[in-house]
Amino acid sequence: MPAQPNTDLTQFGLTEQEVQHTLGVVKVRDVDYADLYFESCLSESVSMEEGIVKRAVKSVSQGAGVRATAGEKTGFAYSDELTKRDLEIAAGTARYIAQSPQGGQPVPVTHCVKPVRDLYPAQTPISEVATAERVDLLNLIDAEARRYDPRIKNVMASFNTEYKIVMVATTDGRMVGDVQPLSRLQVTCIAEENGNRQMGTFGGGGRMAFAYYHEQDRYKHYAREAARQAILNLSAVDAPAGVMPVVLGGGWPGILLHEAIGHGLEADFNRRKTSAFSSLLGKRVASEACTIVDDGTLPFRRGSLNMDDEGTPTSRTVLIEKGILRGYITDKLNARLMGIPLTGNGRRESFQSIPLPRMTNTFMLAGESDPQDIIRSVNSGLYAVSFGGGQVDITNGKFVFSASEAYLIEDGRITKPVKGATLIGSGPEVLTKVSMVGHDLKLDEGIGTCGKDGQSVPVGVGLPTIRIDQITVGGTRG
Amino acid sequence: MNTTLPAVQDYSQLAVDVLGKARQCGATEADVIVVDGRNLSVQVRLSAVDRLTKAREKRLGLRVFFGKRSASSSTSDFSKSSLDQLVADTCSLAKAVAEDPVSGLPAGDAYAGDCPDLDLFDATDLSTDEHIALAKRAEAAALSADPRVSNSEGADFNSSDGRVVLANSHGFVGDYRSSSFSMSVSPVATDPSTGGMQRDSWYAIQRAYARLDSPESVGSEAARRTLRRLGARKVPTCKAPVIFDQEMAGSLLGNLCGALSGYALYKGASFLIGQLGQAIAPEAVTVYDDGRMPRGFGSRPFDGEGLPTRKTPVIERGVLKSYLLDTYSGKKLGLASTGNASRSVGESPSSGPTNFFLVPGTATPADMIRSVKRGLYVTELIGFGINMVTGDYSRGAAGFWIENGELAYPVEEITIAGNLKRMFLTIETVGNDLEFRGRIASPTIQISEMTIAGD
Repeated sequence: MPAQPNTDLTQFGLTEQEVQHTLGVVKVRDVDYADLYFESCLSESVSMEEGIVKRAVKSVSQGAGVRATAGEKTGFAYSDELTKRDLEIAAGTARYIAQSPQGGQPVPVTHCVKPVRDLYPAQTPISEVATAERVDLLNLIDAEARRYDPRIKNVMASFNTEYKIVMVATTDGRMVGDVQPLSRLQVTCIAEENGNRQMGTFGGGGRMAFAYYHEQDRYKHYAREAARQAILNLSAVDAPAGVMPVVLGGGWPGILLHEAIGHGLEADFNRRKTSAFSSLLGKRVASEACTIVDDGTLPFRRGSLNMDDEGTPTSRTVLIEKGILRGYITDKLNARLMGIPLTGNGRRESFQSIPLPRMTNTFMLAGESDPQDIIRSVNSGLYAVSFGGGQVDITNGKFVFSASEAYLIEDGRITKPVKGATLIGSGPEVLTKVSMVGHDLKLDEGIGTCGKDGQSVPVGVGLPTIRIDQITVGGTRG
Repeated sequence: MNTTLPAVQDYSQLAVDVLGKARQCGATEADVIVVDGRNLSVQVRLSAVDRLTKAREKRLGLRVFFGKRSASSSTSDFSKSSLDQLVADTCSLAKAVAEDPVSGLPAGDAYAGDCPDLDLFDATDLSTDEHIALAKRAEAAALSADPRVSNSEGADFNSSDGRVVLANSHGFVGDYRSSSFSMSVSPVATDPSTGGMQRDSWYAIQRAYARLDSPESVGSEAARRTLRRLGARKVPTCKAPVIFDQEMAGSLLGNLCGALSGYALYKGASFLIGQLGQAIAPEAVTVYDDGRMPRGFGSRPFDGEGLPTRKTPVIERGVLKSYLLDTYSGKKLGLASTGNASRSVGESPSSGPTNFFLVPGTATPADMIRSVKRGLYVTELIGFGINMVTGDYSRGAAGFWIENGELAYPVEEITIAGNLKRMFLTIETVGNDLEFRGRIASPTIQISEMTIAGD
């Protein structure tokens, strides 16, 4: 693949006439809007365990999705063949939702343009970095993690890269394309002592070049953090159970925002009035100290995009301002049906799935408290700094997220590490209990993947240190 | 309008051709998997079509070996030039990784010779309009069940069919077809006194269309499950017996599969390391993995490496009898493959369940609830609070509080916590209500005590 790839139709072996013709087939009378999404994706993964890099996987995929919307209806078909005939068949299927006669007038579109912003300037695709260099990186990680402590018994590390070229042609007459690199380095360590086995995981990534992982010795940091967590867990005590104050550390614990409010503010659930937040616009859903944004425009971040998968430039959307619910994140269908602004959050996993309103990078702005003061303010509670996954029931607002590194706070001091525990709360209530927000906003390292309707997309989160006065902690020590 | 998609094809010859190319490039061993499938999915919401998706997809996965080095790849582009490039790229990738002494295909005499018909394919071809009508009927049954069913996240009806071809350089070539028909309904109910909303869902899935439950029964069950959640509240933090309904007991069995996977075991990432031959559950617990159950969702005549599938006793009267192994993870553990290689196109095989189930006991779920003075009946679990290395378990839960043998009121915003090792050892009762709605199935089970965190 060339270092400066085309984002034009030649990449897909198509002409402008074929694109205009296909849009013409799908844009029949009752269709409000239609688009074609072309995607070519090359992904590679190398992984190691037991001290040897034993797996290498490469995947090539290419295809197109054709979508038509009519009122609330969406018709969608996709094809992994990009001939004129295959696109015609897909277009014929997509327009099935509209019971109008066959059209056929080609829809004019512009020449393909690039998005205005360039958040991840075209770089040498990591696929052009010799496999041997990636293998070396994993070997260095293995050595670093084992050097950390002799109780580290196994190191599993993987390096995944993706290089995606996308193009969207719409019945608004636009055609826009983007090149989207993405990579992630992940390390898991297993520690063992006297039959007690524990695990630690750390990683990072984003839309940057390979050199990133060597800069500032990042790979060493990932290896040491995974090892440190595994060793720490060897001495973890049972987590407490019940309602208590919880202090969340900065960065990845921002998954709280993603689960507790982010999903509930996606426009589709609110248009259908099935979200716990459906009637709360303009109302207080968080304490005065909380301002929360979704921002797809941060350079090189995992959740960032120059444009969303409908060709709309991404933006910074204020979700909650000083505790008041201000807005939803939207895609074209829901923005049109609800008559609210388009925020550039229409995302899809691939050409095989339809766009949905999805988060990009979701975080809380920094407050004024000193993080040390926040910890000192708690008599008896939990300090959680690292999390595994989370999940939410959009309709009743109940959400969970699971701590993988946490400590007891006793008399204002961090004491013993505790075993992982799930925290559970109610989305519209939990942020009203945030009484202190630190001045130390941190974004996560770039490992998040969000699932919705069976589609996975990369996302980011961020958080300063915060104090939640009351939340239920699901440990075993009653 | 003709809504039929072209039928799936037999790609055996293509697979054999790609193997030939790999051999020309110097590969000492190779295997190829080709999958070809089509699906049609219709979602309706509030009696109107919301989303219609139709697709045909195909993919080829290649794995090559150069002695003890190997790499995998996959593509959706079956053109000759693209496949030639894929073979060349995969071979150079394999040369770049380290030697793995255990790597390689299974020995030549182990492959599946018979290819029994497991009744996995039903040729019923439903039109788009029939899909729409079935989804509408299912949703209508939910919406008309009760005035409190106020809204809907929709109902869907899906059909799909496909073919899998697997071939390797030892001369094995096998293929099978399968189909699936499914529907689900997700109603939303509103509590008239508080305005609080709840959503739940129900579903049906079968290999054969004729075996599917009626849309009406799926819709009314979805409504029943949603309505019973209205008015849910927290309970005080306590320790109590917990009954897992069929679906949630199935999720526990899924956790068991994860811990029995050969890959988790040899990496040291399972709480069941070294437990073979040990009692890991009470005598009432017997678990099978059966790859040849007719019409099963995990059934297939051969596994992801071409080895014959079989029925394996996994736990017999509480004693752990077998792990779930493919050739590689088996060798790492000094054991033979159990025919449990699972292969997703483009990945090297891993090991996983086929049809994995807990043999039913005699107690009805009602008997089990009646036997509990104070406890929890769990009908939903959310989150990922499971540590497979230690077995530590902590998940968000919803369900019903049991008072004096009766379901007293719905509960939510609580967690249940314990340790999976201990949870399996303290299964008190196994219900009589085993039903397959997927590859992993369990009757209702009762665990003697867990920590419930609430108020």
